[in-house]
Amino acid sequence: MTIAEAHDPVESIKSVFADAFKDVVLFRDETTIHVDPGQIVPILRYLRDTPGLIYNYLSDISPVDYYPDYSRPGRFSISYHLYSMLYNRRLRVKAYLPEEEPVIESVTSIWPAANWLEREAYDMMGIEFKNHPNLRRILNPIDWDGHPHRRDYPLSYETIQFSFNAEEIMQRKPFARE
Amino acid sequence: MGVTPKLGNLGVVTATVEEAVNWARTGATWPLLFGLACCAIEYMSTQASNYDLARFGMELNRASPRQADLMIVAGRATRKMAPVIRQLYDQMADPKWVIAMGDCASTGGVYNNYAVVQGVDEIIPVDVYISGCPPRPEQLIHGIMTLHEKIRGERISEWAS
Repeated sequence: MTIAEAHDPVESIKSVFADAFKDVVLFRDETTIHVDPGQIVPILRYLRDTPGLIYNYLSDISPVDYYPDYSRPGRFSISYHLYSMLYNRRLRVKAYLPEEEPVIESVTSIWPAANWLEREAYDMMGIEFKNHPNLRRILNPIDWDGHPHRRDYPLSYETIQFSFNAEEIMQRKPFARE
Repeated sequence: MGVTPKLGNLGVVTATVEEAVNWARTGATWPLLFGLACCAIEYMSTQASNYDLARFGMELNRASPRQADLMIVAGRATRKMAPVIRQLYDQMADPKWVIAMGDCASTGGVYNNYAVVQGVDEIIPVDVYISGCPPRPEQLIHGIMTLHEKIRGERISEWAS
C-alpha cells in the first residue's frame, strides 16, 4: 500500500468546505483553522479520512470562555487538537459558539475518545453536544449547579483568610458538631 | 496507675476503671484505611519500618469503618467526597476519634476553590489537627501522641451513660 503525499490541510478545507471556512491563523509552527460550528462533523471526518491528511488522533478538545471580551464572534470557542501519526504534524480546528446557545455536534462517531473529552467540556464550561451517547457530568458531582470554568463563576465559596478577617470568618464557618 | 503490691509478689495492680479503660483505648486504636491524597503517602511511610506505627498498635488499617476506632483524614477532601466522609464517620462505632492530617484536611490548605472543602471539620468533628504539607512522620506521631493524651484525659461521665 503506498502512502499518499502530505497535502496542505488549509488548502483542502478551503476548497472542499468553502462556505464553512472562516479564517486561518499561523503562529510559529501551529496552524489553526477557524470554521463554522454547524459543519464540524463533515470537516473533521474529512480531515481524518482523506489520504494525504489522515489526522487520526484527537489529542484534546478545549473549550474557552472569553467572558468580558465580546469582540470575538462568540462567547465560547471550542478547539479540536488533531495529530496525524502518519505525517507527524498537528492541526487545530476552532469554532466559536454564541453565548445563548453553545451547542455543537458531537464527534464521538469519528473518534470514540471524544466521549470523555466532551463530557469534561460540558461539565466545566456548559457546552452541549448533540447526539452524545452519555452527556453528563464527569468531574463534579452529578447534581452540581453551574459550570465552574466559566469566567463568571466564583472561584471559591470562602474568602481568603488573613489575620485581619480571620475572626469573622471563623465565627461564620459551619463547623460540624456530632 | 498505682502499683501497690499486696501479699508479696502476687503482682496486683490497682487503678481506677477510667484509667484502665483509657489506657486500653490508647493501646491499639485501629485506624480506618482512608488516605485521600499526598498526605496518605506520608502516612504510609509513617506506617513503614523506619517510623513504625506498629509500636502504637496501629499497624493494621481496617478497611471497614465498623471495625475502626480512628479516622485519619489524610489529604484534601473534595466536595464530591464530603458525603462519603460523613457516611464513613457515621458508620464508625463509638468510641471514635478523628485526626485531620495535613493543611488540606485542617483548613483547605493551598486550595481555596469551589471543589475543596475548606477544612474537613465542616463535615465531621475533629479531635487533633496536624499541620504540614505534608506533615513529616515525626509530626504525625506527635499528633497521635497528642490524641493519646486526650484519650487519657477523658472522664468516665462522658462515655459511660
